[in-house]
Amino acid sequence: MKDLALSALDAVARRGVSYADVRALEIREREITTKNGKAGHVSGAESFGLGIRVLASGCWGFAATDDLTRDGIAAASELAFQIAKASSAAHKHDVQLAPEDKYEATWVSPCRIDPFTIPIDRQLASLLAVDAVLRRQTGISLAETSMHFERRRQVFVSTLGSVIDQMRYLSGAGFSALSYKDGEIQKRSYPNSFGGQYQLKGYELVDELRLLDNAPRIAEEAVALHSADQCPEGEFDLILDSSQLGLQIHESIGHPIELDRVLGSEANYAGMSFLTLDRLRKLRYGSELVNVVCDARLEHGPGLGTFAFDDEGVPARSTDIIRNGQFVGYMTSRETAAQVGDERSNGCMRADGWARIPLIRMTNVSLEPGRQSLEEVFDAEHAIYMETNRSWSIDDKRYNFQFGCEIGWEMKRGKRVRMLKNPSYSGISTEFWNACAAIAGPEHWTLWGVPNCGKGQPEQVMGTGHGASPARFRKIRIGSAYAG
Amino acid sequence: MPDDPQLPAAIFEQVLTEARGLGVQDIEAIVAGGSHALTRFANNTIHQNVAERTAHLSVRALIDGRTARASTNRLDGAGIRDVVEQAVAITKLTEPDPDRLPLAGPIECAPLDRFDERTAFVSPQERARAVAEAIQCVEAAGQTAAGIYSTDLSTFSLLNSRGVSVSYTETLARFSITAMASDSSGWAKASACRVRDLQPAELARQAAQKAAASRAPSELAPGRYTVILEPAAVLDLVGQMFGDFSSTAIRDGRSFLNDRIGRKLFGANITIADDARHPLQSGAAFDGEGVPRQRLALVEHGVVREIAYSRQAAVQAGVLPTGHGFPLPNEIGEAPMNIVIAGGAASVEQMIASTERGILVTRLWYIREVDPYEKIFTGMTRDGTFLIENGAVIAGVRNFRFNQSLIELLSNVEALGPAVRASGEETFDMVVPAMKAHGFNFTEVTRF
Repeated sequence: MKDLALSALDAVARRGVSYADVRALEIREREITTKNGKAGHVSGAESFGLGIRVLASGCWGFAATDDLTRDGIAAASELAFQIAKASSAAHKHDVQLAPEDKYEATWVSPCRIDPFTIPIDRQLASLLAVDAVLRRQTGISLAETSMHFERRRQVFVSTLGSVIDQMRYLSGAGFSALSYKDGEIQKRSYPNSFGGQYQLKGYELVDELRLLDNAPRIAEEAVALHSADQCPEGEFDLILDSSQLGLQIHESIGHPIELDRVLGSEANYAGMSFLTLDRLRKLRYGSELVNVVCDARLEHGPGLGTFAFDDEGVPARSTDIIRNGQFVGYMTSRETAAQVGDERSNGCMRADGWARIPLIRMTNVSLEPGRQSLEEVFDAEHAIYMETNRSWSIDDKRYNFQFGCEIGWEMKRGKRVRMLKNPSYSGISTEFWNACAAIAGPEHWTLWGVPNCGKGQPEQVMGTGHGASPARFRKIRIGSAYAG
Repeated sequence: MPDDPQLPAAIFEQVLTEARGLGVQDIEAIVAGGSHALTRFANNTIHQNVAERTAHLSVRALIDGRTARASTNRLDGAGIRDVVEQAVAITKLTEPDPDRLPLAGPIECAPLDRFDERTAFVSPQERARAVAEAIQCVEAAGQTAAGIYSTDLSTFSLLNSRGVSVSYTETLARFSITAMASDSSGWAKASACRVRDLQPAELARQAAQKAAASRAPSELAPGRYTVILEPAAVLDLVGQMFGDFSSTAIRDGRSFLNDRIGRKLFGANITIADDARHPLQSGAAFDGEGVPRQRLALVEHGVVREIAYSRQAAVQAGVLPTGHGFPLPNEIGEAPMNIVIAGGAASVEQMIASTERGILVTRLWYIREVDPYEKIFTGMTRDGTFLIENGAVIAGVRNFRFNQSLIELLSNVEALGPAVRASGEETFDMVVPAMKAHGFNFTEVTRF
């Protein structure tokens, strides 16, 4: 791989570019699902290719190929160069890059059990056992389970002289139970919706999730929701479990702090951001309790945004985003760091495979744990507690959001008094975070994986990490999804 | 046409040989590939400009009711051998399904021609020139442009050991542009199999006009309004429901059509078909098992009539497959993918002229399902939202959040425009009309 990457870099560097980098990527994936007692999608996939990025005539060009012959690499190199030259037809200023050092490094993400060494029949049997427990509950119409594994080895080389070899193992697993009854569909998922939990781990993640132990409760809740009361509409204190709070962080903090979005690069598709440059270090984003970091280092945990170097050769860093409620930082690239006068990129450039150009993407954007006990978080006179995301939507500048959850409970003085179906809440990002009244401590903090974050044109799907503990928010608008 | 149209058959020959060598008789291969190029611009400059060439082989084995799939992009002899071995190995480790059907046999399928030589070979320089011209249109209005111009060539071949051998080649060009003024924006997008059918400069002018017309947006209270949804807004919202027109989805209990087939669910002016051969459509004439796509009358005058059946779903229901199945194995089953919503004669201008008070919506964004059975969706308006009073557009307004049942929306339609090929960001391209509907449920308003 290193030789292929270097030969492509050599082919393009000879053309007189001001900068170039090449990523050679080998990806292996395994997907196993079950549905109502049968094997569903069982598949393995591998992919190998090169992405060549060049800076010439002050413009970027990028070409990717899976034709790894000498001719194929030469053609892709030529194409990347020609694309950069063509870009000068609509070009206002030369791209400048913040400085970066040369690195030679090899890194492998921690993986106790290589998931590809576990036979598929054993993995399938584990899922079918969960599936059987779910369907034992009367009223379950659809039981689904899944496991997903990836191994990605990437060799990055650049005209700075960097040669960085990284291997990342990713695992994910989860299940859901759906119940259709009398014109109503209810669903519960574990440990999270949309496929469960994903982390930068090996098969040990599946063992840690205790899927089978949780299956009876989840199936029972899916059916019980039909008899639950509709979530009321109005202003209430809101308590969120850590998985829902993880998605709240993703949408209302993670995306707005992408500096390429702030500067307009995503205006046609993903949108822009309310966090304009004049708000840095001036905006009160949250209450004093709110501290958020963007941290790709392994010390932060095995998140989907954990790595040693980003996809333009910048070392993993931790950046303060919100400190004691104050907005203090963006996620940057070498190009955007130079645009705003930062000395260095903070290492957030990531690409979805070899065929895509790196973009600023969330790494692990996490809410630091608070000092309250779980009892103190729940200790409100009257509140609504919600678990597990069901729907999510936010405007294209990231002000107004609305989330729905799979299940809720009305709480009085820390006690659950009734189950609520179809819970939802909405608000404005900064108002929501300023209403944060309590955050549970580190023993309740979980680093969640969001495996399906979309951005860019052509669209790239990226895995991001979000750590959170359960937290309470004052006077939030509840029930708006069913209003009117 | 692509470089070597014989390549899929040659690859399948080796797939078949390798499978036979492993004692496996039933084998299927998908050979897909293409070249995709996209020029992206923002702040009135090209900032990302990319091209990719890909090829892909996916092999499915079927052994005693077991099936599984392995895929690779290594299409040399060793790569093909390895992927067949892997497909066979993992298939043997899966659980047998007594209901599993044998591989499909060949069915006559008239080809569709959606390949355009010029579109396949648009150069980076041509794209850059068109983008530069579009940017000039927006700059001339004192605004800032962002968008994309892409040209794609895609090939897809499906072959199996029972004689299925079907291929499809398509070109597709897309142009999308957002024009931004100081406190407003406008947007336009189009796609076509032939690049000559795209008019980037005209789309740029439309986007700039919307940005100019929506300057200094005022804030209206949320509530129920009459809306005029332009085709892209109809596409992105109404397009969310078609995955439910699926026998498997109904059987699973996840479709809003459970207990509703044959009922009048929408207004009498709503008629919807799935028609792969419609002249404004794109996509192959066959499904993921090689079954020819049949035209489906999904909704006729408001009544839900037909749904899609994969081969497996058709056997379970005792009907014929409709040619809408996805490649196996999968959990979803099937879905209509070539939606055509019948239009009417009213232009958007006529709809505006007939509206006493309402909202004109260019585009919707971040649409997500709130309630799967009542088909309530939430989302935002974006890039051109206007107040209509007394038959005229009078001002831009701040963007709304909506929570709207599609069943209710399609029961409240008062007027339909001509059906056009529409392109958005929330679902695949469809042929849809603009719609005027009353009682649209805006629940909140945002800050811009």
